[in-house]
Amino acid sequence: MPNRIADPWGVRTPFGRGEGWPQRVDSLLADGVAEPDVDRWARSASLLHSNGDAMDIAVKDGRIVGVRGRAQDRVNHGRLDPKDLYGWQANNSPDRLTRPLVRDGDELVETDWETAMGRVVTRSRELLERPGGWGHFGFYTSGQLFLEDYYTLAVIGKAGIGTPHMDGNTRLCTATAASALKASFGTDGQPASYTDVDHCDALALFGHNVAATQTVLWMRMLDRRAGADPPRLLAVDPRATPVAREADIHLAPRSGTNQALLNGLIRELIERDWIDRGYVDQHTLGFEELAATVAPYTPERVAEVCDVPAARVSAAAELVGTCERLLSTVLQGFYQSNQATAAACQVNNLHLLRGMLGHPGAGVLQMNGQPTAQNTRETGANGDLSGMRNWANPRHVRELAELWNVDVDTIPHWAPPTHAMQIWRYAEQGSIKLLWISATNPAVSLPELERVRAILAREDLTVVVQDLFLTETARLADVVLPAATWGEKTGTFTNADRTVHLSEQAVEPPGEARPDLDIFLDYARRMDFRDRDGEPLIKWSDPESAFEAWKACSRGRPCDYGVLTYERLRGGSGLQWGPERLYADGVFNTPTDYTEGYGNDLRTGAESSEQEHRAKAPEGRAFLHAAAYEPPPEAPDEDYPLLLTTGRSVYHFHTRTKTGRAPELDAAAPEVWIELSARDAGAAGVSEGDRVTVRSRRGAVEAPVRVGDIREGVVFVPFHYGYWDRAPGAAHVRAANELTLTSWDPVSKQPIFKVAAVRLER
Amino acid sequence: MRLAHYLGLLHRAEQELGSALREVGEAHRDEPDVNAICLKLAEDCDAHAAGLEPFARRYGEEADDEPERLHSELFRGTRSGGLGLLRDLHDLYLMACECDIAWTLVGQAARGARDRELVELVEGCEDETALALKWLATRMKVAAPQALVVSP
Repeated sequence: MPNRIADPWGVRTPFGRGEGWPQRVDSLLADGVAEPDVDRWARSASLLHSNGDAMDIAVKDGRIVGVRGRAQDRVNHGRLDPKDLYGWQANNSPDRLTRPLVRDGDELVETDWETAMGRVVTRSRELLERPGGWGHFGFYTSGQLFLEDYYTLAVIGKAGIGTPHMDGNTRLCTATAASALKASFGTDGQPASYTDVDHCDALALFGHNVAATQTVLWMRMLDRRAGADPPRLLAVDPRATPVAREADIHLAPRSGTNQALLNGLIRELIERDWIDRGYVDQHTLGFEELAATVAPYTPERVAEVCDVPAARVSAAAELVGTCERLLSTVLQGFYQSNQATAAACQVNNLHLLRGMLGHPGAGVLQMNGQPTAQNTRETGANGDLSGMRNWANPRHVRELAELWNVDVDTIPHWAPPTHAMQIWRYAEQGSIKLLWISATNPAVSLPELERVRAILAREDLTVVVQDLFLTETARLADVVLPAATWGEKTGTFTNADRTVHLSEQAVEPPGEARPDLDIFLDYARRMDFRDRDGEPLIKWSDPESAFEAWKACSRGRPCDYGVLTYERLRGGSGLQWGPERLYADGVFNTPTDYTEGYGNDLRTGAESSEQEHRAKAPEGRAFLHAAAYEPPPEAPDEDYPLLLTTGRSVYHFHTRTKTGRAPELDAAAPEVWIELSARDAGAAGVSEGDRVTVRSRRGAVEAPVRVGDIREGVVFVPFHYGYWDRAPGAAHVRAANELTLTSWDPVSKQPIFKVAAVRLER
Repeated sequence: MRLAHYLGLLHRAEQELGSALREVGEAHRDEPDVNAICLKLAEDCDAHAAGLEPFARRYGEEADDEPERLHSELFRGTRSGGLGLLRDLHDLYLMACECDIAWTLVGQAARGARDRELVELVEGCEDETALALKWLATRMKVAAPQALVVSP
């Protein structure tokens, strides 16, 4: 196998349109271990990105010794991402947490589970006794737990404590995907299938550096590009990423102007009549308003707002307007930018206008950033109502109350669930007093880190952190619970094309570390949450029974897991929920009694009522949403003349908790850098490798310069780097989120990481 | 014709709502959504007021015939904290209601006067005002339980 650090995508296996994607099995075993030495293989899938690549974990002498891609799996046909090939080594890291820790003054000291859980439970009971006790709890979870963990957490939060303050890191990565899908199609759920790559004749990637975020999906695209009858490729990205370099047309809009660009593309489709009138009339609502809204966005106007050549806007419109099978994907360049939901909805609009949904090669993937983000959304651990239900629909709430056998009023449904940034705000104001953070690292991943650290350090806030390592967040905790991870616990998770994989326990967790599900079950038991009949609220006790409980919750909803069982998932490989593609018949999940939400105004987020939704009589038609362009909340000025955008390295996932502990991945990208255009570097008098400071109104990052192919006026800093591998007390000048601002999309509430005014200092 | 009187009243109501939105937005900078959206809505108010001006001239609004102040009782400055935010948004809501009903009445008068241009202005501004009300209600509904029920 080639060196996958030097070549993250490996050798090409070209294939033509409609031919099957050839298998290519990637594997890596520890030095000195060959396949015959392996005692057994445990089935799993990747937990280091959202692609859901299936693999088997090699076990020898009770330790993980490597991984091998699963050839028969629909997602990856055997291939693995470099993060997966090397990342498993983090499980064996000597600095894993093996015992619970509790705070004793300035120090965290080792203790036993009884003491640690005792502290959490005592504090919980104390808080619940006060008026509005539920309001003192905040649960901030992850995109890396398993479905069973999330569902259990959701029931504890909603029916045990009765708090709406549940969200997590998925707010930072995938909230806009969910919002855009709900807004356009009525409920969450990805319409497309990864096999659409095999059938499409055009690919459009909107703010999606797939070459870094889902390398195996990129391999599939590259293999089509290398085969007969390759798809054309459009990339929208301010940087010349590998995707942009491969693209036939690359648009690098000014940061924060996606909505103007997309309005321009849609205007071209309408003007040049590249739309399927029959489909639009029969299956959509809102065409007239959309047409009126986009009318002013001529290529010339777009060129002015977005600073891209007008001719290239027209050419891009022609690419998406004249192809026969278009697959679009969207990710953080849209989700974490200005007007996130509005812009993501415009990509849905492209497909609705062209009638390109639900048949082979024609679809849209509103991607996820994290491996199990889809499951937080499905189960409601992110605050959504479990089973893609609508918090504003009393019948949906009643279904859950009956299922969980609790009073309907126990389940918070008076308002939308509290989004992550608001949860942090309540903690900052002192009304949330217990914040339970599981499997994520907000002290590096949230915007404006100085503020986040100050909140975590508050005397009146009890911070519980459940994690594998003593992360930057865990260091500020009052109670640290050591968790088992991938390979050490069993459960399922679902990728961005609705493929569900079972991930089996391969080895024992280190020391006293426990599976997340066991931790939540233990909490529920100790809190003695009861249902209406005085029986325990949580009636399951292990992953499989949790999965079965979830299936009952998902019944009759779009994400109905009914036909899936652990047995079936063990028998083959990944299986999708729902049909291979959703909405093949052009009938969407928009009936008022079925939809996941009654809709929001894209500009302010104002919620529509049931009556307003009913009055539109959508009856299965999709919504074409329209919005004018609005400038981003922070623009460059004299003091801060450049725009920061944050992003990813192919070698790291999230805050490097695991990938930074895999020697090859760490060595491939050991340090943060500051990427500048040649002109901006020249203007600042700096060259490659010079150490500079990027400063915003909120903080600074010091790092060496990389002169790259990036829009002039834009500074790129990868967000992975924090402080766990720096000396204690090191200055906070390494994490990109020292610079970012606290601001979010009005609909999805996803924070804006892609637009912040900064300056360079030598 | 007394339409001028109501145009003046509405003009002033929009200006006052605009300046109150700015004040509330600035005072609650630590609530970035409130800050951003209040400032956006304030710009709408500016546009509404500007849109009214030609009609005020057309119907002869005169400076010395200034209508009574409707809103002085509704807004006397911002407050802080969770409850303060709620009270501030509540004030804005009432002020936006004043605008909303005034637009309705001006719209009625415009129809009576067969003033197509004014009807068109009213239709656009009415929708935006309704949206402002909806956003304020949404935001307050989210904030109320934590501010009113959960002990600090």
